[in-house]
Amino acid sequence: MDNLIALLIAAPLLGAAVLLCGGRRLDAVGHWIGTALAAASFVFGVILFADLLGKNAEHRTLTQHLFSWVPVEGFQADVAFRLDQLSMTFVLLITGVGSLIHLYSVGYMEHDERRRRFFGYLNLFLAAMLLLVLADNYLLLYVGWEGVGLASYLLIGFWQHKPSAATAAKKAFLVNRVGDMGLSIAIMLMFTTFGTFAFGPVLGTHEEPGLVGGASGATLTGIALMLLLAACGKSAQVPLQSWLGDAMEGPTPVSALIHAATMVTAGVYLIVRSGALFNAAPDAQLVVTIVGAVTLLFGAIVGCAKDDIKKALAGSTMSQIGYMVLAAGLGPIGYVFAIMHLVTHGFFKAGLFLGAGSVMHGMNDEVDMRKYGGLRKYMPITFITFGLGYLAIIGFPGLSGFFSKDKIIEAAFAKGGTEGWILGGAALLGAAITAYYMTRVMLMTFFGEERWRNQPTRSPEAPSAEPAAEHQGEHAEPHPHESPRSMTVPMIVLAFGSVFAGGFFSIGDRFLHWLEPVTGHAEGNPPVSALTVTLATMAVLVVGVAIAWAQYGRRPVPVVAPRGSLLTRAARRDLLQDDFNHVVLVRGGEHLTRSLVYVDHTLVDGVVNGTAASMGGLSGRMRKLQNGFARSYAVSMFGGAAVLVAATLLMRAV
Amino acid sequence: MNPVNYLYLAALLFTIGATGVLIRRNAIVVFMCVELMLNACNLAFVAFSRMHGNLDGQIIAFFTMVVAAAEVVVGLAIIVSLFRSRHSASVDDASLMKL
Repeated sequence: MDNLIALLIAAPLLGAAVLLCGGRRLDAVGHWIGTALAAASFVFGVILFADLLGKNAEHRTLTQHLFSWVPVEGFQADVAFRLDQLSMTFVLLITGVGSLIHLYSVGYMEHDERRRRFFGYLNLFLAAMLLLVLADNYLLLYVGWEGVGLASYLLIGFWQHKPSAATAAKKAFLVNRVGDMGLSIAIMLMFTTFGTFAFGPVLGTHEEPGLVGGASGATLTGIALMLLLAACGKSAQVPLQSWLGDAMEGPTPVSALIHAATMVTAGVYLIVRSGALFNAAPDAQLVVTIVGAVTLLFGAIVGCAKDDIKKALAGSTMSQIGYMVLAAGLGPIGYVFAIMHLVTHGFFKAGLFLGAGSVMHGMNDEVDMRKYGGLRKYMPITFITFGLGYLAIIGFPGLSGFFSKDKIIEAAFAKGGTEGWILGGAALLGAAITAYYMTRVMLMTFFGEERWRNQPTRSPEAPSAEPAAEHQGEHAEPHPHESPRSMTVPMIVLAFGSVFAGGFFSIGDRFLHWLEPVTGHAEGNPPVSALTVTLATMAVLVVGVAIAWAQYGRRPVPVVAPRGSLLTRAARRDLLQDDFNHVVLVRGGEHLTRSLVYVDHTLVDGVVNGTAASMGGLSGRMRKLQNGFARSYAVSMFGGAAVLVAATLLMRAV
Repeated sequence: MNPVNYLYLAALLFTIGATGVLIRRNAIVVFMCVELMLNACNLAFVAFSRMHGNLDGQIIAFFTMVVAAAEVVVGLAIIVSLFRSRHSASVDDASLMKL
């Protein structure tokens, strides 16, 4: 049974190899090969899951040692896998949602002539992500981590003929490099501190604490902060959040994959996996919660102002991942709920993105929500599935998001003290804003007037043109229609997940009992009862929805965006994140290089050139001695001989 | 007679020769002054040979004469050809090798 673990990764990896090396012969069947291998990986995952369920909670860890990768005396890096409840959860999410997205892409990318390559990249993405969650040491995890970065680069820049897509891919890759630096430094620190970077020895188990206990607080805080930096990069947390919005340049299934099943969840996985390390470094945990709280508000505010449906959803992802990071920073109070929200979020965010893709598919790839409106009549299935995802994400009672988000807010309050109130308040505020922006998306897209009538879409200044639309005429009025079966089926399945997953996990605390052996769990000391928190969440939810309805439901939505307040304008520019990066990092870097060039020119070149010039001047003076008069040479010789004789005599006398 | 007097004479001749080399312009005179210095040295060698009672100095004097004879041949040839080409035997005129 243990041997199946490697097959989990091997299946999509084989798919990537076959599809990318196979050439045009596979164009006709390539997408089905990719989908089948992703599904095969899911089947292996289910078999392993059934196997794990049949065991005792304490023995649900499977390991597989493939080979020794770098055996150098003290430095032992193995290619070995570890499948426990945490990895299992991720495997099912990645392969399950991933397979659905593969299926969806068959329809979505139908008109793209590079579809085979697209599926190759998708498979590569799955393989890298599976390697990341299955690795049993940090170095192998790093390989998967980099693989995810590579695959995201390839997929975000898939339409590389668009300069904006190529730039977005580069941006995502570069920002991720900053985080990767953090992870590599963390691994180096771990190796120098503990002498190993395998999960088992470093993190320990419940019975025997790992090497973490033996290290000094400062070292642990350093390692934990570096891990947090890595998580910030992959999970698009402040301050490394800027790539996520631009990553919308990729095809919509890619956005769904990045936001729901892979990539952004990697950071949360890293923090929860390294829980033992973070528990020993409370300062770092505080930073984690702060990053989470700031990001969840940041993303939510950005999501409110965007008119591009995908970018609004991207802001929402940032915000939801912020919730997870916040929960992960709370320590054992929150680990389980972070992962639970991650899974439910995987369902409804994938559903929302696929729904958005379906809307775009029917609207000539228009992404501006101000040019949508009243689409519920034309795309009933998309409307219903998107609507269920919407209800799930805002935390409508009974749906997935309600259970998981509510738990995180409770956990934030349960942190106790002033921190608990601040974090809990931020989470509550985030819930209100979430309700607001998601209602806004819903109303602008599916309700109200049909603003797309008599309105050519894809105006020249609209930058997001997807090539599928290019042969449909540049300025035709869109004819909204429901998407093909291969696209609606995944949306329906995901809608089921959005509705029932949360309840299924929460009844009898199933998810808690499942994950507890790995992550541990503590109740904390909530200052207010769970019921109060739930009621407060409901109250802010109603407020958020009501404000959105007052603004976008009751009044017609203008086709051209109004100027808006200062905050709105800032939020449209992603709260000036790029301007900040430009001013601080780009300008700062330019000034640094300029001053270095100045030092180089004045100091270094000055020394070199000065030496040369003084040598030149000296020889210029010396050469005057060579005047060509034999008698002056004779004087020199005579003087020299006299000096020699004098010196000899002097030495004798001494 | 005290051999030290010969050394004084040698020093005097050497000084006259050196002074001549440094201050005279005519190549022939400079050349003769060089010969004077060489012969001053010869005199000193012979005097020392006598004072120390061995023949080393005299042998060296012979060597010097042989070298001086060869030098005279080459030197005079150079001076004659210099005079033929420049119509002057002044050493200061032959300063073409300066920078």
